[in-house]
Amino acid sequence: MTVRTVIDDLKRAQILELLEQGKRVDGRTPEEARKVSIEPNAIPKANGSARVRIGDTEVICGVKIQPDRPFPDMGDKGMFMCTAELLPLSHPTVETGPPGPPVIELARVVDRGIRESHMLDLSEMVIEKNKSVVGIFADNVVVDNDGNLFDACSYAATAALLTAKVPKWNWVEEAPVLTEDALANMPVLTIPVSVTMGRIGSHIIVDPDGDEWDILDARITITTDSDGNICALQKGGSDGFTLEEIDRCGELSVKVGAKVREMLKALQAGP
Amino acid sequence: MGGRDATMVLLDENGIRCDGRKVDEPRKIMIKAGGLKNADGSAYIEFGDNKILVGVFGPRDVHPKHMSNTDTGILRVRYHMEPFSVGERKRPAPSRREIEISKVIKEALEPAVLLKRFPRTAVDVFIEVLQADGGTRCAALAAASVALADAGIPMRDMVAACAAGKVADTIILDVNNEEDQAGQADMPIGYMPGLEKITLLQLDGVLTPEEYKKCVRVGIEGCKIVYELQKKALAEKYFGGSS
Repeated sequence: MTVRTVIDDLKRAQILELLEQGKRVDGRTPEEARKVSIEPNAIPKANGSARVRIGDTEVICGVKIQPDRPFPDMGDKGMFMCTAELLPLSHPTVETGPPGPPVIELARVVDRGIRESHMLDLSEMVIEKNKSVVGIFADNVVVDNDGNLFDACSYAATAALLTAKVPKWNWVEEAPVLTEDALANMPVLTIPVSVTMGRIGSHIIVDPDGDEWDILDARITITTDSDGNICALQKGGSDGFTLEEIDRCGELSVKVGAKVREMLKALQAGP
Repeated sequence: MGGRDATMVLLDENGIRCDGRKVDEPRKIMIKAGGLKNADGSAYIEFGDNKILVGVFGPRDVHPKHMSNTDTGILRVRYHMEPFSVGERKRPAPSRREIEISKVIKEALEPAVLLKRFPRTAVDVFIEVLQADGGTRCAALAAASVALADAGIPMRDMVAACAAGKVADTIILDVNNEEDQAGQADMPIGYMPGLEKITLLQLDGVLTPEEYKKCVRVGIEGCKIVYELQKKALAEKYFGGSS
């Protein structure tokens, strides 16, 4: 049976009391994200990879690139798929087994941010039209969960894709054949950056940590591209937002996202 | 990535869309409250070519029991598409898309329903998409609100829903299937007009910050149109048509 503990109520009271003074438990301002660190090539066996930490939240993303059959109506484009998994060692409440709705939502929101920004030029990822295309799989695993997995997975996947090296296949006798030592940079068109914000009472906070995450009234994840356009959005949580709050979150996502984009841009390989 | 090339004319020189609508015109919407005998509350909606049936049960005992909460009732939502509801047969097992939509609809309804009044119980909302044609989550959310009201479950407000989007560089109301596939952006919105609160918001597609603000506002106007039809549907059932 789900029981709300006294500690939960006290935590909420404390977080809310500090927010009334414009402060947060870990000393941040409401509009300040935690320190982000990105370690590229954490898994050398993957075609691209990254370990991302946002505060104590830690995610590893590995990108695997391999030939695949295209979807029936998408024979002129490569395939892209992004997943996310919560490892049982990431939090005491995680159970093994098939993913539940929150994890499915996480994976789909991260996938959508990258897909809808048109980050990757998939038209270049065709080996033989309608027969064989390059499949790009970005798999995120959450190693430590201290809130805001949306942004951690999104930054990890983006960093892993930016640093990935793409092998080359040729179409020989109706089958893709790997060309040795022919690695290209990923064809990247824009750098998507998600920013997740939460609402507690009438306060909007950027990048909620684990304790804040547990008591959010509602949350919103907004992804922007390099041109400062908004390209994906997801509201979550058991309450809503006013129109003014939605406007403000849009502005914050552009502002906060720009800083993270600089970090990601620095990883990008030269032409 | 994703989407197909636009071969059809989504918006002609007179500002008329591919199905003959104006930019700020929703599709034809018909909502009926009630209709199912066994459900505690139900609703049927036709939103353009979407046909969706919603049944509500509860508040009732929670099974499995460990899901129950001593402080509040819980809301459970299942959004499900029939195998025959789309062009190519859909496998009957719930897809990842359906699981995500179930979750966002649940979270869109929760702010409206006074669940605290029924601790240890569950309200179950079953959404069956009989025919899909773009914008099913909004149509489903609007119908679910009517079904909850029909079940007599106390609510702060009804959640109305409608999508806005962008085709041919123009912000439009109520995105249909073709516009979703070939258009530039789709933004489903759930909104409680009485409380002025947005409870469902998603976006895929690229919008400038100005278009983003406009899109939310256009969608909210659509929600207000749907809201009137939701109230009318309930009035028709309970007061015989006079609202």
